[in-house]
Amino acid sequence: MKKILKPEEAVSQITDNSSIMIGGFMCCGQSFNLIDALIENGAKNLTIICNDAGYPDKGVGKLIVAGRVRKLIATHIGLNPEAGKKMNSGELEVELVPQGTFAERIRCGGAGLGGILTPTGLGTEVEIGKKVIYIQGKNYILETAIKADFAFVKSNIADVTGNGFTAKSAKNFNVVMAMAAKHTILETEKLVEKGEIGTEDVTIPGIFVHTIVEGKYE
Amino acid sequence: MNNDNKQLKRERIAKRIVKEFHDNSLVNLGIGLPTLCANFLPEDKTILLHSENGFTGLGPAAKPGEEDADLTNAGGCPVTILPGGCFFDSAMSFSIIRGGHLDATVLGALEVDSHGNLANYMIPGKMVPGMGGAMDLVTGAKKVIIATEHTNKNGSSKILKKCSLPLTGVKVVDIIVTELAFIRVTKEGLVLEEISEDTTVEEVIKATDAELILADDIKKF
Repeated sequence: MKKILKPEEAVSQITDNSSIMIGGFMCCGQSFNLIDALIENGAKNLTIICNDAGYPDKGVGKLIVAGRVRKLIATHIGLNPEAGKKMNSGELEVELVPQGTFAERIRCGGAGLGGILTPTGLGTEVEIGKKVIYIQGKNYILETAIKADFAFVKSNIADVTGNGFTAKSAKNFNVVMAMAAKHTILETEKLVEKGEIGTEDVTIPGIFVHTIVEGKYE
Repeated sequence: MNNDNKQLKRERIAKRIVKEFHDNSLVNLGIGLPTLCANFLPEDKTILLHSENGFTGLGPAAKPGEEDADLTNAGGCPVTILPGGCFFDSAMSFSIIRGGHLDATVLGALEVDSHGNLANYMIPGKMVPGMGGAMDLVTGAKKVIIATEHTNKNGSSKILKKCSLPLTGVKVVDIIVTELAFIRVTKEGLVLEEISEDTTVEEVIKATDAELILADDIKKF
């Protein structure tokens, strides 16, 4: 059985300087209850790995506005002006990663791979400081795996073993992030008994999940 | 330029671009001006739109009251999915993009140049939103079409001899469509193939920083 906890209990083990992957794409498919609990928890100097910086008053953006994030690894931050301000003032370090590379680096982290070879970013600032490998007649950038201490992933429904179903475009990064952290916390809108979720409907296999939090975000 | 006029010019760009889409093709539209193309998709062709946040079959915006928090486009806005579409996670979405499965992408530009280089993701010190999916799109899509106004807010050409901003992609652009011109990027340089109905070749050359090679038979659009 997985631990089934309240959001504040689930995040209580997150301390200063932790790294956390947070699923979601412009707040679609994001673990809002866990994010709110993490803000309450007070952990700071966090490294957040998330597609984007959300909005200032929604989702992962609230953590940035609250000044808890030291480093953000993301693909774009354009819809959260506060993130841009903090980056320009030096308060927030931002590593911008092309979105496909971002997904693959996280997948590598969970899949036992050291990295991938991608043509994305060749000849751009993304290539700077990285190894370029010529193979099968083409150049590729070596992009290394990303792992994290924690991952916050989201499902619409999950059973008590952690098997989760994430609907529609809310899947996004929740799937790869679930397997790339030492400790994955699944926030599910609805929790059901073992076997009550269709075995073919699972988008996040329960074996990746360590802790489950139930609750629809109000 | 008044707002109505500006909108008409943006629509003219979109209407010209959609003629480049082939039947039974998968197309990704960037945020902003490229999104307008969705309003003018040819009815006699089957064109499936790809949304990089995780599905094919992107449909119109959701009607008020019918929004689904689990179904948004890459800009985070509530949208719909059409019959024939399907959902997947981000790793598969970008496998589609990089893996050569996407027939075309339409993106905006801050600058585009005579070598087909594109800059559209940052202005150092001013605007650093990030590249999102753009670098993967220009790398993987079979055809990269740029939808942009010919000049920027200051009236300077966005089609340059050489980009000065950080690049999104090197030698990636195939076609540039502005309110004035349809330009094809070739090994020899930029070929002016068409001009809009209310301009002249001379005006287009004047408004363009890059050298233009004139096609033998320049058409109007």
